[in-house]
Amino acid sequence: MLHIVNKSATERSSLDSCLRLATKGSAVLLIEDAVYAATKGSAAAAKIQAAAAGLKIYALGPDLAARGMAGRVLDGVNVVDYGGFVDLVAEHRNCQSWL
Amino acid sequence: MSDMDMEDDGSGIVKKFMFLNRKAPHGTVYALEGLEVVLITAAFDQDVSLVFTDDGVYQLMKGIDTKGIEVKDFSKTYRALDGYDIEKLYVDQSSLDARGLTEDDLIVDVTVLSDDEMKNLMDEQDVVISF
Amino acid sequence: MQFGILINEGPYNHQASDSAYLFARNAIEKGHTVPRVFFYHDGVNNSTRMGEPPQDDRNVTTRWSKLAEEHGIDLVVCVAAALRRGIKDELLAPGFRISGLGQLVEMGIQYDRLVTFGD
Repeated sequence: MLHIVNKSATERSSLDSCLRLATKGSAVLLIEDAVYAATKGSAAAAKIQAAAAGLKIYALGPDLAARGMAGRVLDGVNVVDYGGFVDLVAEHRNCQSWL
Repeated sequence: MSDMDMEDDGSGIVKKFMFLNRKAPHGTVYALEGLEVVLITAAFDQDVSLVFTDDGVYQLMKGIDTKGIEVKDFSKTYRALDGYDIEKLYVDQSSLDARGLTEDDLIVDVTVLSDDEMKNLMDEQDVVISF
Repeated sequence: MQFGILINEGPYNHQASDSAYLFARNAIEKGHTVPRVFFYHDGVNNSTRMGEPPQDDRNVTTRWSKLAEEHGIDLVVCVAAALRRGIKDELLAPGFRISGLGQLVEMGIQYDRLVTFGD
């Protein structure tokens, strides 16, 4: 399953809920304000790095760049563009947006 | 152009639809309008699961009284879901625990799931719509 | 592959409609199809042709209209959500139409994937 999270982890609980309920081996794509969680020194960085052991973590490059965060991405996070976003949806049997 | 006049898409396909309610009622419209989608989906004879997690469990509180805020009380609709053949209602134990709630606080009978059970239920769905 | 898209927020306030648009455009560029986009909740506000953003900003609504015209996308606005918010047929931008929630359920049944964009 592909999990899509779009809200800042310091504003909403959606990233926590997603990480709590994503099965091992699932993919998590961070878009919009959720991309801050994938950056070095962020409050959610440790969470993301711990989660990366069991989940595949992706972040949307254009959203990182738009926020001045393109150079701060955590190791272990895969940066994709919108085409990569499309591929992730196509590759997984189902997807879920944590609104 | 009513919602009910196009019930059967004629394909005979039955998919597993999960509606994931993560938001409290009244503060935003998502719970109310989400419920409208659930009712329509059931009319298409799909395999519907209705999940309440995080603040979504607050939608099911007993004793909701909206008179003072002058908005519709749609919580009664949850008790009528049987009539729409929607029988799979789930809540996760973690969300109840985090809010000091138990099953007895809820307006309808639900199946309480562990995190692992909830993960598996989510994974087996064809379509997940989150409100 | 056929992708259905559900948009739950209006233009400008939220990034949802922008993200959905870029997703749809890239899906089409990759050879997939997006037969229908469904607008629900405040997402119905994407459909009005009355919006006039400043010259130097993108026009979210006309961008959808153009993509729909070029690629045959059915832009469906939920009737109940639209009426609640004062969106009527006479206000719709080209390519949008008002219909029932059944059109959303059909996307889930008939298409390979349904992707939701919201708040």
